[in-house]
Amino acid sequence: MPDASHSFPHLPALPGVGYKAQHFTDILNDPNPVGWLEVHAENYMGDGGRPLAQLRVLSERFPISVHGVGLSIGGEGRLDPDHLGRLKHLCDWLNPASFSEHLAWSTHDSHFLNDLLPLPYTSDTLTRVAEHIDDVQTVLGRRMLLENPSSYLAFAESTYSETDFLAEIVRRTGCGLLLDVNNVFVSATNLDYSPQGYIDAYPLDAVGEIHLGGHDEDEDDHGAPLLIDSHGREVVDPVWALLDYTLAQSGPKPLLVEWDTDVPDWPILADEARRAASALTRVSS
Amino acid sequence: MTNQTAFHAGLLNPSTPVPDGLTDAQARPAGRRYGVYRNNVTVSLREALAEGFPSLVGLIGRENFDHVARAYLRQSPPTSPLMMHYGAGFPEFVASLDQLAHLPYLADVARIDVAMRQSYHAADSTGIAPTALQALDEDTLLATRFSFAPSMILIRSPWPIGSIWHYTLRGGHKPTGHAEDVLILRAEYDPEPFVLGPGAGDVLLALRSGTPFGPAIEQGGDGFDLAALLNILLSNHAITDLKS
Repeated sequence: MPDASHSFPHLPALPGVGYKAQHFTDILNDPNPVGWLEVHAENYMGDGGRPLAQLRVLSERFPISVHGVGLSIGGEGRLDPDHLGRLKHLCDWLNPASFSEHLAWSTHDSHFLNDLLPLPYTSDTLTRVAEHIDDVQTVLGRRMLLENPSSYLAFAESTYSETDFLAEIVRRTGCGLLLDVNNVFVSATNLDYSPQGYIDAYPLDAVGEIHLGGHDEDEDDHGAPLLIDSHGREVVDPVWALLDYTLAQSGPKPLLVEWDTDVPDWPILADEARRAASALTRVSS
Repeated sequence: MTNQTAFHAGLLNPSTPVPDGLTDAQARPAGRRYGVYRNNVTVSLREALAEGFPSLVGLIGRENFDHVARAYLRQSPPTSPLMMHYGAGFPEFVASLDQLAHLPYLADVARIDVAMRQSYHAADSTGIAPTALQALDEDTLLATRFSFAPSMILIRSPWPIGSIWHYTLRGGHKPTGHAEDVLILRAEYDPEPFVLGPGAGDVLLALRSGTPFGPAIEQGGDGFDLAALLNILLSNHAITDLKS
């Protein structure tokens, strides 16, 4: 497979979208194209065919962010060397503008559970996650970004706040952070803390990318709101407001709109990206 | 402490109690908050199977499919983060179910769904020019061995699986009850299943295992239509190399 012919060194502080194959032609033909695209790494680990052919074309026009969803960085076991090898193969071929993964686990006892599962924040898990990030950055030969999760519950054993945990990871590994403001809003609602307080405590200097997405609403056993990170609808107003709050402190950042289920036609997703663009305009003016 | 073994145990087994040490913000037991993860895992795997097995969904209906898929995913969750490969063992699981034994062709039709996905993600290749065969003299042609595209997949069945697959997903004539060999070919990026004529499956198997063209086409028997087979292979760029 030939190397991608053009590469972009970093993501621009512009809106991007999570790439869906059904939008390929629309994206290429849009007279006001988005600034960059994000792809889920695991969808491009086949041997050939349309996914890789499309990615090759897109990578010539757009900075690409490779976003892993299956490495299980928060797992108790060691990272899967085969999967790490596949990520390296993809990143070496594509030379993406960014690589990111999640503060979560998804593999246990050789089972891959296809979900981002939570971990307690303790000195033990901190050591383990930091080692795993060291492994990733060593194998890939690039700095990675780590994304904060959507949380639906808390661990009684946790001794760190999430923001302290992330700050310490950054300090130990030199990795950057992917700040998902929808995840912040979801977790803050579910675990009853202030999303603005989370942003105030968050190491914004390390942010290389910000995610936005839609969530669903449910209730827990006691009738308290339980928000579910679904990426299946528009970003809600309080999350846009939290984005403004964040950008006012962080300055302009690459923004990504994620929409992974019930994927809409391109104009609807493009509208969300335009709304993100206006948030960036407000902060840079 | 809530280790991942405990957290994992309940995700695929709804009768397992919620692990200790998981709470809400008031330190009350997590209850249905844990159920969000349990639900995410089950739904995401079930949706992946439904997307990967459109003909099976069509044949038994979504409700029945979900029931079968749930049993499969609990027994055989993915063992790799490459979801594009998940469900390769699903046809075998379907074949093992007593409640589906009255539909004996189901598993073989499901194999077409698996093969369509494998073909879609297979390595790219370049087909020979159609004129390359005509350029060979007869003796050379008979001694020639063929190489095939990695995206080419042959499925043989005692049931009319290609016709059932077409009828289920695209409508048309109701299938009749004879054995069918189905050849999946990917001319560029979209795999397509072709129902082969009599003898063509045997010829292809021989060619694919390295038998030269002459002895391979003798495997075809009486009703074998060589021109028809070569036509679909060449027009779908399935022959990638000729070796004398």
